[in-house]
Amino acid sequence: MSDRIRGPRIGRSEAAQGYLLVATPLAYALLLLAVPLGAIVLFSFWSQDYLTIDTTLTLKNYREALSDPLYRQLLLRSLMISAAVTAATVLTAFPIAYYVSFYVPPERKAMWIFLITIPFWTSYLIRVFLWKVILGYNGVFNTTLLGLGIIDEPLTFILYNANAVVITLAHAYAPFAILPIFVALEKIDRSLHEASRDLGEGYLSTFWRVTLPLAMPGVVAAVLIVFIPTIGDYVTPMLVGGPDGRMIANMIQTQFLRLNNAPMGAALAVLTMAMVSAVALVFVFLNRRFLRGRQ
Amino acid sequence: MKRPLRVYAILYLAFLYAPIALLPVFAFNDGTVIAFPLRGFTWGWFEQLTEIPALHAAVLNSLKIAVSTAILATCLGVLAARAATRFAFPGKKGVMGLIMLPLVLPEIIVAVSLLVVLLQLGLSLGAWTVILGHVLIATPFSIAILNSAFQGLDLSLEEAAVDLGETRLSSFRLVTLPLVMPGIISSLLIAFTISLDEFIIAFFLTGTEPTLPVYLWGQLRFPQRLPVIMALGTLLVLASVLLLAIAEYARRRGAARTGQKDAGGFL
Repeated sequence: MSDRIRGPRIGRSEAAQGYLLVATPLAYALLLLAVPLGAIVLFSFWSQDYLTIDTTLTLKNYREALSDPLYRQLLLRSLMISAAVTAATVLTAFPIAYYVSFYVPPERKAMWIFLITIPFWTSYLIRVFLWKVILGYNGVFNTTLLGLGIIDEPLTFILYNANAVVITLAHAYAPFAILPIFVALEKIDRSLHEASRDLGEGYLSTFWRVTLPLAMPGVVAAVLIVFIPTIGDYVTPMLVGGPDGRMIANMIQTQFLRLNNAPMGAALAVLTMAMVSAVALVFVFLNRRFLRGRQ
Repeated sequence: MKRPLRVYAILYLAFLYAPIALLPVFAFNDGTVIAFPLRGFTWGWFEQLTEIPALHAAVLNSLKIAVSTAILATCLGVLAARAATRFAFPGKKGVMGLIMLPLVLPEIIVAVSLLVVLLQLGLSLGAWTVILGHVLIATPFSIAILNSAFQGLDLSLEEAAVDLGETRLSSFRLVTLPLVMPGIISSLLIAFTISLDEFIIAFFLTGTEPTLPVYLWGQLRFPQRLPVIMALGTLLVLASVLLLAIAEYARRRGAARTGQKDAGGFL
């Protein structure tokens, strides 16, 4: 982005022109994102006193969130489900990105990417609901397997639990994982592969020692862009999760809209963000050698 | 390696399209239960769609919100993308990072933090609060699309216009704007689609007038309403695919116009 910035200097300085342009979107983000995020942190240190909010600063909500097994279990489960979704999504997405980047003829790549992104843009609620239809007791999956005689009675471990949440979210976030990996693979200089093969490496070791390390920035981006939003997903756990598949977003919603305990909800939201940021930072740190020397 | 990967890719596409493929199957199925075996063909569920005033109100509300979001997010996107691709200024990374943050932030966090501030300020919820939230999450997508539109520009075209006596503003209007127009159209459509489909922020901020997804969410609890929802879903999918096809066409034409290599993809 930064290498083609040197333009003609007409009138005001470049920096001033840049600030002038970016001022409106920046003000919007400050007012409607930074300020509210600050507010929610502040809120989490207040407490609900029946109908009014007690604005003396206290750690009460955090103490409760971390000591009550219900909250602790929800936080931990959300983290586990998110991790499972991320692993499933990125691992299944990689071969697709690899196929499109290395084997699809250049003029048809855009069409493949378009095909992959279409389902993502169709109604999220309806897609999640349809997974309920697919995975249900009398669902498409079970009736098909029964019809084919592969199973004798419907499978029950695929709906109303964490598995269903993982399958549904892996489906919903597929393009988010495929696109960054695809972009990273596209950037790889193809002559590196020829060099590796000429120097006697086999197909697999070329992949392992040349392709994969160069694709890692894309993989890291894919992991982050799947892991961080999924932990806050509300619809999927609600529709297909059942009691054992509920996640933290469901509790945050309950605190805000049902129990009228906004400070507790805020504390849970802050804890979720803190947890997710910590895991994301550790992940980036572990992969730092792949990211060095790039943006 | 090519053949097994190709088989895998096709299976994966089948997985991606499985839920959508089922929509029309149940929308035209003459039975109230959403399960196999199918009962027969009917247009009835589509006909029922025309008879639900609450649904029509929700659709209108959603359209109003989506159009406003598309315009506002694209305006903010043009400003930010132009600043990011054309000018160097200190703190650019941080500024752009903040603006792009909603892309990775869980939506529920955006929703509750906005709710807290709005309620604390004593403002009443309604369509406009949903628009505020939707613009926030749609702007990063607009910027991503417009960034690539602006990046493909040859700066010397603008310089030439200035050398030939145009002002900076008129050269932007006469030279730059027409070149990035496909990107702007693509950004409008994508922001519109995001807003039309967004549930969580609308759920928290909509007040008493539900948007279409919030209305849908309420209906999912009633099993007898589901076939109608399937019919509605079929129409929504058709509309999204149409909008996306136009957006993709605009994006490709834009890429061709500025002489870029077509890499594909919106994100």
